[in-house]
Amino acid sequence: MFKTWLQIFKRDLLIAFRRRSEIIHPLIFFVMVISLFPLAIGDDKVLLQKIAPAIIWVTALLATMLSLDNLFRSDFEDGSLEQMTLLKTPLSFLVTAKISAHWFITGLPLILITPLLATLLYLSSDTIMMLLLTLLLGTPTLSLIGAVGIALTVGLRQGGVILSLLILPLYIPVLIFATLALENTVQGFSAEAQLAMMLAVLVLAMTLSPFAIAAALKVSLN
Amino acid sequence: MKNQYVYSKKLEVKNLSCFRNEQILFSEVNFSLVPGNVLFLQGENGSGKTSLLRILCGFRLADEGEINWGDKKVSGMPEYFQNISYVGHKNGIKDELSVEENLNLMRSMASVSDIKTENVLKEIGLFKRADVISRQLSAGQKRKLALARLMMTDNSFWILDEPFTSLDKTSVGFFETLIKQHISRGGMLILTSHHDIDLSGLPVQHFSLSSQANV
Amino acid sequence: MDIKLLYHKFSSPPYFYRIAGLWLPYIMGLFVTLFIAGLYGGLIMAPTDYEQGEAYRIIYVHVPAAWMSLFIYMVMAITGAIGLIWRLKLAEIVSISSAPIGASFTFLTLVTGSFWGKPMWNTWWVWDARLTSELLLLFLYLGVIALYNAIEDKRTAARAVAILALVGVVNIPIIHYSVEWWNTLHQGPTITKFDTPSIHLSMLIPLLIMAVAFKLFYIGSLFMRVRTELLKREQKSRWVSELLKIKK
Repeated sequence: MFKTWLQIFKRDLLIAFRRRSEIIHPLIFFVMVISLFPLAIGDDKVLLQKIAPAIIWVTALLATMLSLDNLFRSDFEDGSLEQMTLLKTPLSFLVTAKISAHWFITGLPLILITPLLATLLYLSSDTIMMLLLTLLLGTPTLSLIGAVGIALTVGLRQGGVILSLLILPLYIPVLIFATLALENTVQGFSAEAQLAMMLAVLVLAMTLSPFAIAAALKVSLN
Repeated sequence: MKNQYVYSKKLEVKNLSCFRNEQILFSEVNFSLVPGNVLFLQGENGSGKTSLLRILCGFRLADEGEINWGDKKVSGMPEYFQNISYVGHKNGIKDELSVEENLNLMRSMASVSDIKTENVLKEIGLFKRADVISRQLSAGQKRKLALARLMMTDNSFWILDEPFTSLDKTSVGFFETLIKQHISRGGMLILTSHHDIDLSGLPVQHFSLSSQANV
Repeated sequence: MDIKLLYHKFSSPPYFYRIAGLWLPYIMGLFVTLFIAGLYGGLIMAPTDYEQGEAYRIIYVHVPAAWMSLFIYMVMAITGAIGLIWRLKLAEIVSISSAPIGASFTFLTLVTGSFWGKPMWNTWWVWDARLTSELLLLFLYLGVIALYNAIEDKRTAARAVAILALVGVVNIPIIHYSVEWWNTLHQGPTITKFDTPSIHLSMLIPLLIMAVAFKLFYIGSLFMRVRTELLKREQKSRWVSELLKIKK
């Protein structure tokens, strides 16, 4: 069972490595959109500092959503998904391998590049640390929730727009908790409560969403 | 020679119906298949052959009727689905991986792994192309790769949807032999094919979907 | 009568179609009666609020609509789950037919909330916790409707929507909680809206009557939608053609 998990995980990493552009494009999107804000607002240090956490988080949310597009699509189209449902290992377990691999190749680079972008928006090092922490706790949740939406829309022709309608409302709690944590940090308060909530939401997403994803994939196969 | 299959049971399909967009695709389909037998599914384009096979694999839900495996309903019986080897219209191979990597993946997920990847490669004639990325293969070569999963499994129930599309004569012959071996071990097979296929000497049942719809 | 038998009977499309058709006039009649009574009680009999004046009377539409918006989402998710697990066509149809009604109630809640806000805060929209939650609920409804319309095969669509609605139900408390928290930290308006802890009985009774009236309206319009959908889905079946023959 774990052997199969690992096989899928490794397979997805290898495929992603051979199709590097798919990893890099959401990252470029992330960098470009964030750099649009100083251009639109002007080099106003105080204002940028104030809205930087919101900018970074909203953009990260959109970049995650964009990057998810190919999570199940190629498996769906080339028939690998059908083969996966016939394996001894439950589909709900296998999808976690796919999502983990996907997070490693899209979520992690996004977090790694954030300090650079945060510096461009004049954030202090304390805030940057907190920003990284919220992204570390938040982006896996976004991947897990987004995967449900992707699984539901994978067979549709115009899946992209519908996907955003489905999952953006579900992303709101993560966005709120993360930005509140950052606001508290900026004002010198503790952000423990928000981080605890983010962790709780992550655990909840890890426990429940694999089943929703597997069920949704089976509906899409129909 | 390999051993007889342990997990081969009688398959029974009762009153199976399938609708698509509120239109009847087929209805009241009844047949049964016992170990060591082949069911050759026939019917015109659009008569629902692929849908029927996909229902048997659990990819699609039947709208009415039931499927029994050894007198038990298959819904909620994972062993039934795990015992299926399916090759459908889609090859189920990854374009980005090489021939060998694809085979290794299939092998590691299959129920048996006593056959070496190298031997499989030789038998399907892709030994020299082992390191080629699958995207660069011809349609026929991809098909052979997809069918190679049948050589690496111990599943007793095979479901093949147009298995010999774009295969050359030698390859067709090779897989016909493979099917004969499978059946002689007490295996079961349901297939559709527009190609002439030599199943001489095998107990073959013919089942036509279109004639069902006309009744 | 055996409960299981009753359940099977009630979930069979022709039976439901007939029974719903029989009940419909009574349900709608009762709705109209209660609706008029509630409006009369709320708009004419109930006393003027000493703090908010006449403007508070919009709660007689706003509050029951807000209750319905959440209630219908729950109905949608529960019937969706029933349809998903037991593959009951009727449950699927009830689930998906609820979505537009629920979305309309949510929209009504937002509009009346905004009407109420104008005299109170002198602005059409305030990022008040409840209004914001309601807006997000509307988004959830719109997602459900969009997904249903995007999937061609309607049985598949119903199953997909059920999964989405269930995910939504798990998320609603979290969304609600996060929005409340966000609101308190961002120093929202100091008057807490619609929080009327010691409401006078003469104000409360019309409110409850309106709540019942709205529920009846939901059931009535749900029955109508379900009947239409059943005819559409089962157009090939015998009971529908027999029904049409009788009508001719």
